[in-house]
Amino acid sequence: MLLSNLPALQVVIPLVSAPACLLLRNPRHAWACALIVSWLVLAMALLLLQQVYTLGTISYAIGAWATPWGIEYRIDMAGALMILVIATVGAVMMPYAWRSIQHELHSKHTGIYYTCYLLCLTGLLGIVVTGDAFNLFVFLEISSLSSYVLISLGSSRRALTAAYQYLVMGTIGATFILIGIGLLYMMTGTLNMQDISQRLPAVADTRTIRVAFAFVTVGVSIKLALFPLHIWLPNAYTYAPSVVSAFMAATATKVGVYVLLRFFFTLFGLQFSFNAMHVGNILMLLAVAAILVASLVAIFQDNVKRMLAYSSVAQIGYIILGISLATTAGISAGMLHLFNHAMIKGALFMTMGCIFLRLGSVELRDMQGLARQMPWTMAAFVAGGLSLVGLPLTSGFISKWYLVNAALADSYWPLAVLILVSSLLALIYIWRVVEAAYFHPPGADMHKVREAPASMLIPTWLLIGVNLYIGIDAGLITAIAQQGAASLIGQALP
Amino acid sequence: MSELLGHYNYWIVIVLMMTGFYTVIARPNLVKKVIGLFIFQTSVFILFISMAKVEGGTAPIIEEGLSVYSNPLPHVLILTAIVVSLATTALGLALVVRIHDAYGTSNEDDIHVQDEED
Repeated sequence: MLLSNLPALQVVIPLVSAPACLLLRNPRHAWACALIVSWLVLAMALLLLQQVYTLGTISYAIGAWATPWGIEYRIDMAGALMILVIATVGAVMMPYAWRSIQHELHSKHTGIYYTCYLLCLTGLLGIVVTGDAFNLFVFLEISSLSSYVLISLGSSRRALTAAYQYLVMGTIGATFILIGIGLLYMMTGTLNMQDISQRLPAVADTRTIRVAFAFVTVGVSIKLALFPLHIWLPNAYTYAPSVVSAFMAATATKVGVYVLLRFFFTLFGLQFSFNAMHVGNILMLLAVAAILVASLVAIFQDNVKRMLAYSSVAQIGYIILGISLATTAGISAGMLHLFNHAMIKGALFMTMGCIFLRLGSVELRDMQGLARQMPWTMAAFVAGGLSLVGLPLTSGFISKWYLVNAALADSYWPLAVLILVSSLLALIYIWRVVEAAYFHPPGADMHKVREAPASMLIPTWLLIGVNLYIGIDAGLITAIAQQGAASLIGQALP
Repeated sequence: MSELLGHYNYWIVIVLMMTGFYTVIARPNLVKKVIGLFIFQTSVFILFISMAKVEGGTAPIIEEGLSVYSNPLPHVLILTAIVVSLATTALGLALVVRIHDAYGTSNEDDIHVQDEED
C-alpha cells in the first residue's frame, strides 16, 4: 500500500512538513524535523530506484484520476537517477547544515531556512516525477521561489541583489516555459507528456510548434545557466549561504538539464528537436563556448566560491555537450557527468562552507597556509579538485572518458581536444587554491584557525568518498546512466 | 485586414509582453522592473485565456439546448499561474524593500556604484 504510493509520498512529505519547520520555534527542533524528512526522502528514493530497476517505468495517477484527465506521475530510469541525486545531496547536506547555518544566519531566520529548504526539495523532486507539462511549471516555480529566498539569506547585502537578479531572470525563464507549454496545448489539446508526444508529429510542421520549441529551449536554458544565459549564477552562488551554494550547485541546475532532456526527447522527440530544428548544433556551439570562456574566467577569480561558480558554468557545458551529440553514448555520458558533477561540486562548495566557518572568508589571499590548520578540509578540496580536473581514479575521469569516446564515435575529434584543453584550465584554477593553501607561509592570525567540526567534515568526505568510489568502480552508475539514456532515446522513437 | 482584426487578442498579448519585457531590461528602478515582470506575465495569461475561446461556445455549464462550450481548462491553469505570479511579485517587492534598507536606494545604477566601492 505504502510502496505503491511512493511517487506521491516523495513529493508530499517534504511539502507538508515544510510549514512545520516554521512553526517549531526552537531552531534545533526545526533542524531535526528537516533532517528526518530529508533522510526519509533518501530512503524513498532508494526504494523507487529499486522498483524502477526491477519493474520498469512507474506510472502513478494522482488521486486515482485516470490519465489524461488527472495528473500523471511518471518515473523512468533517468528520473529515478535524478531523484537519487537530489535526495542524496539533500540528505547529506542536513547534518552539515546545523553548524554552518548557526554561524552564517541570524537565529530568527533559521526556521525560514529549513522551511524554504524543504520547499525547494519538494519542487525539485516534483519536477522530476511529474508527467504533466503544466504541473512541471508549477513545481519549477515552487523550487525557484524558495531558492530566491534561500539565496537572499546570505550574510552580505549583495546576497539581496543576487537574489533579485536571479528572481528577474528566473521568472522570465519560467514564463517562457509557460508560453511554450501554452502553445503546445493549443496545438495538441493535452498537457500529459505522453499524450503530447503521441499527438505532436501530426502537427509538428507548424510555426506554432516551432515557436513553442524556441520558447521552451530558451526558458530552460536560463534555468540551467547555459552560457550566455548564466549571468545570474556566479553572484547567486557567491553570496548565498554556504549550504545553499552547495545544495543549489549540486541539484538546481542539474534538474534544469533534466527538464531540457524531458522536453527534447520525451515531448518534442529526437526527430523533431535534432533533425528538424537542428538544436544539436546550437547547443554544441554554446557548450563549447561555455567550457572555454567560463573556465578562463574562473582562473582570474580571487573569491574561491565565485571561481567554483564559474567552473559550474563550464561543467554544465560538458553535460550539454554530451546531450548535443544526440546519441545514446553522448546522452549517457552527459547524464554520468551530471551525477558526478553534482557530487564533486556539492563537496567542493561544502569545503568552502567549512573554511568560511573557521576563517570567515573564502578569499584566496586569506587562505594562505591554511592547509596546516585545516588538513582534512583542504585534503577534501584537493580530492574534489582533482576529480574536477578529471584525473584517473576519480569520478571526473570516468565521465570525461565517456564524453571523449562519444565525441570520437561521431568523429568530432576537435571536441575531444577541447575536453583535454579545458581540463588543463581546470587544473590551473584548482592549483591556485592549492598553491595558496599549501605552499604559502601562513598569515599572522592563522594559528588561531582550527579544523572544521566533524558534523561538517563527515558529510563532505561522504560525497568525496562517492567520487573516489565511482573513480574505481563505475559499473553500477554507468549502467544506470546508459539505461536512462536508452529510455529517453527509446521513447523518442516512434 | 481580417487577419489583423481577427487576432486582436494576440496583438494585445504581443504589445503587453514587449512592454513588460522592455521595462524589465531598460528601467534602472527595481520597483519598475518588478512591475514590468508582472505585465510580462499578465500577457501570457491573456494568451492562455484567448486560446480557450471556442467560436459560438458559451460558458462551460451544462444547460438544455446548448452543445458548444468554451474550454474551461486554460482558465483553471491561469488561476494557478496568477497565484505563482502574485507570489513572485510579492517576493520581488519584499527583496526591493530589503535592498532599499541595505543600500539606501532602489536604483540599479547606484547599487552598482556602491558594489564597486566595496
